[in-house]
Amino acid sequence: MRDDPEGGTMDGERGEEPMDERTSDGERPLPVTPGQAYDPAAPESDAGPALESDAGPHPEVEEVPSWRLITTLAVAGALAGLLIVGVFEWAQPQILAHRAEVMRTAIQEVLGAPDRVQTLYVVDGELSEQPPAGVDTTTAERVFLGYGAGGEPVGYAVTGEKAGFQDIISLIFGYDPAADEVLGMRVLESKETPGLGDKIYKDSSFVAEFVRVGAPIQGVKDGGDAPDEVDMITGATISSETVIEIINTRVRQLEPMLEGYMARGGGSP
Amino acid sequence: MSPRQTTPSEDFLRGIWKENPVLIQLLGLCPALAVTNTVANAIAMAAATFFVLMGSSILISLVKNLIPNEVRISAYILVIATFVTLVDLILAAKFPVQHKDLGAFIALIVVNCMILGRQEAFASKKPVGRAILDAGGTAIGFTIALLMMGTFREVLGSGSVLGYPIFGEGFEPWVVMILPPGGFFTLGFILLGLSWWEDRKERGERPQVREWPHGVGSMTGRGQTGGRRVA
Repeated sequence: MRDDPEGGTMDGERGEEPMDERTSDGERPLPVTPGQAYDPAAPESDAGPALESDAGPHPEVEEVPSWRLITTLAVAGALAGLLIVGVFEWAQPQILAHRAEVMRTAIQEVLGAPDRVQTLYVVDGELSEQPPAGVDTTTAERVFLGYGAGGEPVGYAVTGEKAGFQDIISLIFGYDPAADEVLGMRVLESKETPGLGDKIYKDSSFVAEFVRVGAPIQGVKDGGDAPDEVDMITGATISSETVIEIINTRVRQLEPMLEGYMARGGGSP
Repeated sequence: MSPRQTTPSEDFLRGIWKENPVLIQLLGLCPALAVTNTVANAIAMAAATFFVLMGSSILISLVKNLIPNEVRISAYILVIATFVTLVDLILAAKFPVQHKDLGAFIALIVVNCMILGRQEAFASKKPVGRAILDAGGTAIGFTIALLMMGTFREVLGSGSVLGYPIFGEGFEPWVVMILPPGGFFTLGFILLGLSWWEDRKERGERPQVREWPHGVGSMTGRGQTGGRRVA
């Protein structure tokens, strides 16, 4: 079959066949797709009825009026839009709930499972319990203050992001402004290289380096024994450095705010 | 080549092996190369593609007489894009982990030429039943190809299958296999192996050296000859 002498080219094969009206009127050949060439049954089997119903009402008319083309696409587009909106309405609450759940778990993790977490909003360079008016509470800049079992504040969970090796790395870390210590770190989103850069969240020993490390953090390559040193990942220097930079930058930005809030009596039981 | 009717079983089986979309027709290579670094990702991509291909084939086969010829490609793309958006939303709602891993490649199913090819070549000409068989066969063939690549790459690149380690502690993963080059290596070796096997088989049947590729000009490759073989 492979050496079939006829129909040396795909076009040749197609030319021999009656196909349907679309091609036989010579207006425009169908594009050759791999599936088409070896589909000899098409003309006989079912294109027949299709052809008749196509040509039935007005056999002489060669061109379909453009209003029909536009109407077809408009109707199809409207139906598709309706369908998508319907499914979106169903899916969106679940997507948001999932995101909130991821965030909640992450906060628990970086603050060492606090008893209670309070959301604070950044308003005019200060922390406030009330979100600024007219802002979406899920996208406004915020930090999360965790309280221990005795009602004492244990630290803030702060998010941050920066371009890593491949794409934006987004993470959350716990921070205790009184002790100037990072309590823990968890990567929320990253597309770092599988097998190398993704160790910033897959390598548990790297993640563990961020538990109770002094800020600002120093990234080192020789083991990192000092209280403010983190041992970076071999083969993923840029990703490791980005994680450390994100934390240091955010600590620098938010430190006065976090301490100010505590000084004003916020965060105390 | 005498035109003849294909049987339903031919419609179904064709896509699985003889005209496997990835391994023979070399279509849909973008997802096949990009998201086969783990078996789980390969399964998720195959499932998403299955849904889109099946849905589009059924719908287009149903409405084929309503679509004017001039706008048929636009209509196919519209239908395919709608199904892809649905898959995207459903995955995000129900399987957020896989959705995150597959990332942009879900949206790129829209331009998977394997799907558009089946609409143009088959679903737009055939009754619904046949379109379902054809879409099912093609999607299964796509799944087989993705699973082959996903298993190969995960075993060598991570030393695991579906996340379960299969080698001992001493195994050093070949990180390159889960990076993009590993996709090309894997596909290349699989195609090489298949070609060699086909070649052996044909030589056994016919001792003389066959002309190959023939009649397709300078366009070499399995895609052309593989498709013709069945005709």
